[in-house]
Amino acid sequence: MFNYTFHWNQALKALPQMLDGALVTLQIALLSMLIGVICALALTGFRLSGNRVLSGFATTWIEIARNTPALFQIYMAHFGLGNFGIHLSPYTALLVGIAFNNAGYLAENFRGALKAIPDTQTRAGRSLGMSAIQAFRYIVLPQMLRIAFLPTTNQMVWAILMTSLGVTVGMNTDLAGVTQELNARSFRTFEFFALAAVIYYIIAKAVTLAARAIASRMFRY
Amino acid sequence: MIEIENVRKSFGTLEVLKGIDLTVQKGEVVTVIGGSGSGKSTLLTCINGLEPIDAGRIKVDGTEVHAKSTDLNKLRSKIGIVFQQWNAFPHLTVLENVMLAPRKVLGQSKQAAEEMAVKQLTHVGLGEKLQVYPNRMSGGQQQRMAIARALAMSPEYMLFDEVTSALDPQLVGEVLDTLRMLASEGMTMICVTHEMKFAREVSDRVAFFHKGVMAEIAPPEALFGAPKDPELQKFLAATH
Amino acid sequence: MFNTALTWSDLAFLAQGAAMTLAVTAVSVTAGTLLGILFGVIRVQAGPYWSMPLTFVLDVFRSVPLLIQLVLANAFQSIAKLGWAPFTTSCVVLSLYTAAYCTEIVRGGITSVPPTTRRAARSLGMTWWQDMRYIVAPLATRVSLPSWIGLTLGVMKDSALVLWLGLIELLRASQILVTRLQEPLFILLICGAIYFLISFPIARLGGYLEKRWSPND
Repeated sequence: MFNYTFHWNQALKALPQMLDGALVTLQIALLSMLIGVICALALTGFRLSGNRVLSGFATTWIEIARNTPALFQIYMAHFGLGNFGIHLSPYTALLVGIAFNNAGYLAENFRGALKAIPDTQTRAGRSLGMSAIQAFRYIVLPQMLRIAFLPTTNQMVWAILMTSLGVTVGMNTDLAGVTQELNARSFRTFEFFALAAVIYYIIAKAVTLAARAIASRMFRY
Repeated sequence: MIEIENVRKSFGTLEVLKGIDLTVQKGEVVTVIGGSGSGKSTLLTCINGLEPIDAGRIKVDGTEVHAKSTDLNKLRSKIGIVFQQWNAFPHLTVLENVMLAPRKVLGQSKQAAEEMAVKQLTHVGLGEKLQVYPNRMSGGQQQRMAIARALAMSPEYMLFDEVTSALDPQLVGEVLDTLRMLASEGMTMICVTHEMKFAREVSDRVAFFHKGVMAEIAPPEALFGAPKDPELQKFLAATH
Repeated sequence: MFNTALTWSDLAFLAQGAAMTLAVTAVSVTAGTLLGILFGVIRVQAGPYWSMPLTFVLDVFRSVPLLIQLVLANAFQSIAKLGWAPFTTSCVVLSLYTAAYCTEIVRGGITSVPPTTRRAARSLGMTWWQDMRYIVAPLATRVSLPSWIGLTLGVMKDSALVLWLGLIELLRASQILVTRLQEPLFILLICGAIYFLISFPIARLGGYLEKRWSPND
């Protein structure tokens, strides 16, 4: 049925190159999460601030991030900003796009986590003489972290998967980009991309398992 | 001394405190009884400034609670309060629950806070549970932990807001025993409660609240033995 | 006012792209949901041990980037000489991708029905099938619908990736116009607005249903 010889050796020979790409993939994912978490915390604060401009800004960001494709957001960073004379490299555009997307989803997670902690917890802290900031810092925040932790690591997995979209804006150093370059030279599409799929799978599983291990150590209650 | 003068408080259009006057001396135990919605719990949260008041004033050791210049956090550290829902901090062990406020609010050293926490937890009978997380304990144990948590701040006053109402019947006894112990040690206490037997035993004075008004206040023998207020008579008849 | 080279026929071109997005989504979500229900029931009936192979395969679809899946499927169909059009390949991949997520939603829905309720149904003499049809299905649907709406919207957004196989869906159509007219921001904003107009109301409906149906009954 298959009139085709698989050349797995050729793909395996390129493994070191692809693993270098995987490192870039991880780097972008981690950076995008770091930026995403910071932005998400700010957005959450904006939404709770009671200031209409700030909370409107936050809501707009969050709804765009959640209601348009991630690829669209990367396109906006890569092509759209060109209108303002801002020309981002594929790497930066990819990073900005994913970080924007992460921030929107994470802000929603954080808000959910915050809502899940009853007001009586703050009240108990305040009646022990804690200031509002102390009650937030020592009572609400640690509980919020626990609730938000696993959704946040899920977002990390999403971020890793999203990095593959960089190839559509000319990214050629991450795992998908490297694979595409190898493919363009050899036309061994199936072999190279199958190997890439395996690497992505391993990374995604490793992140999930690591997150679970960390969670069970960090949150013992 | 806690002085409550003509305190009024409304939630929306509902007036829950209609001019309350009450003075509690150092070392005195006052229990507050009354039907639900009589305003008795609200009074407690007004005393430690968790709720603002609409009129009148509350003074604790001469400091006006609701004055703008009052440092509420400092004031609250000498008024302990325990709620119906114990509000254990789920992310901290029993020991950490009790140590947190002394360390962060009073700035105590870890060692001093731990010493105090162990002492108070042992006092309420939880000396064996120091490293346990609250969700592994019964409601009665968690409530006693909440009492130890308040006591670790070395408060001069303790407010108890229906602390046994959310407990299973078989767990009520252990918490009431803790309160009795505190009363016998001379702690100044205001207890809002539904436990009439307990009120009769520990109180210096018992106050009956009805629809936002303190209808009667008297030593327990007089209040339970010869109630004057017709609403109180009805209330006692219904609870006996 | 605002000057643009965008013409009505360009807008019609975008609309065609949007129609392609919706077509891919509709086919994939329909097929994916049917498969998801089948797999979900199998997972519950077979138990965690016997359904391990199925669980593993579905997990792969959730752990490998969709773009890579599309490229692989396209390479495979060409190797196997299946002669699939990009539309077919896209729908096959997206259907399996949808099924992978839908299985978990269905499983969650079924397991949310209390065993006591099901035992009550069976003790009334209902067959397994009747229990599924009249007791489990209605209850599980309520629990699952908000997540399913979320999944549908997710697939709608992810369907943008089929542009890599050459399908001219909404985002690709916009990109073509951008290249021709050199007005990236304006055209992308229209494109984003179309996505938003499709997604936002449905997302809100999902949120509403979740609020209305979750805790109080």
